[in-house]
Amino acid sequence: MQISMTINGKEYSHDIEPRISLAQYLRENLNLTGTHIGCDTSGCGACTVTVDGAAAKACTLLAVQVDGAEITTIEGMASGSEMHPIQEAFKDNHGLQCGFCTPGMVMTAADILKNNPNPTEEEIRHGLEGNFCRCTGYHNIVKSIQHAAEKINA
Amino acid sequence: METFIGKPIKRREDNRFLKGAGKYTDDIKLMGMTHSAFVRSPYAHAKILSVDTSEAEKAEGVVAVYTGSDACGTFGVPCGWQVDFKNGETMREPLHPLLAKDKILHVGEAVAIVIAETLELARDAAELVDVKYEALPAVTCPKKAMEAGAPKVHDQWDDNAAFDWCIGNDRAEVEAALENAHHVTEMTYKNHRLAPNAIEPRSYISDYDVNADKWTLYTSTQNPHLIRLLLCAFVLGIPEHKVRVLSYDVGGGFGSKIYHYTEEALLTWVSKEIGRPVKWTSDRTEAFLTDAHGRDHIVHSKMGFDKDGKIVAHLTDEYCAMGAYLSTFAPAVPTYLHGTLFQGVYTTPLIHLNVIAPFTHTVAVDAYRGAGRPEATYLLERIISKAAKEMNIDPAEIRYKNFIPPFNGTSEPGYQTQVALQYDSGNYEGVLKRGLEMLGYEDFRKEQAEARKNGKLLGVGISTYIEGCGIAPSAVVGSLGARAGLYEVGHVRVQPTGKVSVFTGAHSHGQGHETVFAQFVADKLGIPMDDVDIVHGDTDQVAFGMGTYGSRSLAVGGSAIIKSIEKVLEKGAKIAAHKLEAAEEDLEYAEGKWTVKGTDKSISFGDVSLTAYVPHDYPEGVEPGLDFSSFYDPTNFTYPFGTHIAVVEVCPDTGKVDLQRFVACDDVGNVMNPMIVDGQIHGGVVQGVGQALLEEVIYDGEGQMVTGSYMDYAMPRADDVPNIETDRTTTPCPHNPLGVKGAGEAGAIGSTPAVVNAVVDALSHLGVTDIQMPVTPRRVWKAMQN
Repeated sequence: MQISMTINGKEYSHDIEPRISLAQYLRENLNLTGTHIGCDTSGCGACTVTVDGAAAKACTLLAVQVDGAEITTIEGMASGSEMHPIQEAFKDNHGLQCGFCTPGMVMTAADILKNNPNPTEEEIRHGLEGNFCRCTGYHNIVKSIQHAAEKINA
Repeated sequence: METFIGKPIKRREDNRFLKGAGKYTDDIKLMGMTHSAFVRSPYAHAKILSVDTSEAEKAEGVVAVYTGSDACGTFGVPCGWQVDFKNGETMREPLHPLLAKDKILHVGEAVAIVIAETLELARDAAELVDVKYEALPAVTCPKKAMEAGAPKVHDQWDDNAAFDWCIGNDRAEVEAALENAHHVTEMTYKNHRLAPNAIEPRSYISDYDVNADKWTLYTSTQNPHLIRLLLCAFVLGIPEHKVRVLSYDVGGGFGSKIYHYTEEALLTWVSKEIGRPVKWTSDRTEAFLTDAHGRDHIVHSKMGFDKDGKIVAHLTDEYCAMGAYLSTFAPAVPTYLHGTLFQGVYTTPLIHLNVIAPFTHTVAVDAYRGAGRPEATYLLERIISKAAKEMNIDPAEIRYKNFIPPFNGTSEPGYQTQVALQYDSGNYEGVLKRGLEMLGYEDFRKEQAEARKNGKLLGVGISTYIEGCGIAPSAVVGSLGARAGLYEVGHVRVQPTGKVSVFTGAHSHGQGHETVFAQFVADKLGIPMDDVDIVHGDTDQVAFGMGTYGSRSLAVGGSAIIKSIEKVLEKGAKIAAHKLEAAEEDLEYAEGKWTVKGTDKSISFGDVSLTAYVPHDYPEGVEPGLDFSSFYDPTNFTYPFGTHIAVVEVCPDTGKVDLQRFVACDDVGNVMNPMIVDGQIHGGVVQGVGQALLEEVIYDGEGQMVTGSYMDYAMPRADDVPNIETDRTTTPCPHNPLGVKGAGEAGAIGSTPAVVNAVVDALSHLGVTDIQMPVTPRRVWKAMQN
């Protein structure tokens, strides 16, 4: 099937099998390998991207389902060499260790802060419940998002 | 001059991870690369009657299909540690075939591999492989596996034992002391099976270059050199120098990526057969079914006390599952990494542990974060808290009564345990005192009493752990059955411009070596951190290495680098002395330069480096270059310790446990980067909390895993846990140059019993004395009703 979508501000068009997930499409067709696959069942959130501005798990969306959509992946967060404030905050607060869940965490954090610019710790933890991290115990991820909120709101 | 040791330096590796530019194995694509899918057994125990691959071979895009009847079926992966039976019989060590041929021994065991042009086509064709099985009865519980008439895992032996083992004092002596004890506390429980669950699934690419007759294996491993050694010398019989193993970025390990897995070896074999690169990446269900698991001990324990609450004897019997095959380090886990920690932080004079390690129709059990030490700590810290309750002694007080007194391991000797080890240095009272202060223990007890009056169920649980890291020296571990040394390699290459490349045999899969190692290298050489680059995960670049596990990277790998730095400075001093026309003994090295003492005559590290590579005006008899490699074999383990305290509230209506606070005061020796140490503690604690409250791998009676997905296996999510309150005391390790002990596993070791102790404490006035982990709402509610 022919699909086209805007990914990180650039337009793409491909003829793909209908069964290909958005995550596979990003990784295999576009080499956007920052979108990671940890479970293939929406359980871990490592594949989180935004679709038309809302966080979505790319492993359980078919690419054909998002034909025509605007997608942002982790590769679209920084402006050139300048990291997004959320990325900066994750670095400043040691919000990552192995880095595998990190793209999904950053994209989910963007979604949390978009909907709620001043979240409480509890709201952040609730907002992260679709994303597994096995390294950090979440402590510094929560702290990173709190700091990102302060930075963005400043 | 800026120094770096002990400072919370931000991680340099984060730049690529945060931009989605990490290079994990599954991110790598090679020209002409094929993809693979496995056909795996749905049965735990079965005869393979036939395997028909004819339809799969004809399917679109299929390159090849292999089964256990092909040449690859004759190869098997070895075990890396031998623990023989107490009676001298050799450990029973079955072949672990790359593909099963006649018999299936656990659900998920691979029967065939299909290689195709795309992953989707490989999976389609795998569906077409027709395997006929005859299902057989299975046994998954290690205790039941030793009962008469239990289904046998390996037909060639009389029963399911892989080995048995004991440690400590004479059993009869320990039993006699228990007979005479004032009070005996007893526990029977299961330290249940866990799935490590690194979020990156295992992934391998093998690329055979026919012209060079060389392989490149990209693998998500914690120890590339050991994989190469095992693969070449013990599995496929190919020359070691013809294989390059690369493990760039690895998305978490927690032990599960230490081992040499069958898929790694099989892909290496396949890539030569088909003459093309081949990739396999596990999906999550395959990860649950085939990654090595952790724990799975059935425990019966007795601890005896005198009338003052001092421990007089401790006797434990355990059944510890090995799974269907012996994974790389599996036999060491319930033995030398477990029984040797039975002293804990206490002066227990008599200890005996007996272990029976049976095969079961399950995937293998091996080291998972902590590896044997969390199991030892859970036992000691639960049973001492249970005893305190029974003897009406405060749980902090009973610990103070039994602590080994402080010792620094330098002016005072190390502490010789009853279970073979000699602790390096410790101050166990110190961490408990600080932990109780952090919590506000006395105030909490008042709050708890008030809460109980109002029907609220609050509890506090204490755990005072010790663990052993950086396991060594090689000669000792060799005498205990290790089939490898446990040293580390550190290579310091000073470039002509004074920039430094460091090659380490340790491997980072989240620990931040690229930053932390650069911190101490920069400090020791007195140069900027930006001038230091850390290289790991490439067997062609790094001379050798034993990888990262057992919290060994800094204590062993860091020490090897320090040895090389010393050699660099020693040679550098000779060159500096020549250039400064001074005697070597008149020089001092500081802030990146050699200075003639008491003068302003000096030469910089950069100038000496350049001289070493452009040796025109050069000391006689000194070789050009500034490049040193060292092997460091430690003289002892290191012994981090700490106090973890949990506060829980239990819902009286549902039994749900709410973890309200978690306090951790750890002593990991000297700290290179406190930000990273805190991060290691946070993550470890939450993994330990996961075991206490949520996680369990469950096999049903037929050997089916009923927890093989993230819908069924409950790992902690962000809203299951609170912030972790951390602090430290510092008792340096006396026997390595950085004075470090290791922090990778401490969190997972100390936390689990703290949480369960807290839950039992919350319910103690209802008569609850123990609850089986994980303490799910159902189990808690049931305990409350009884």
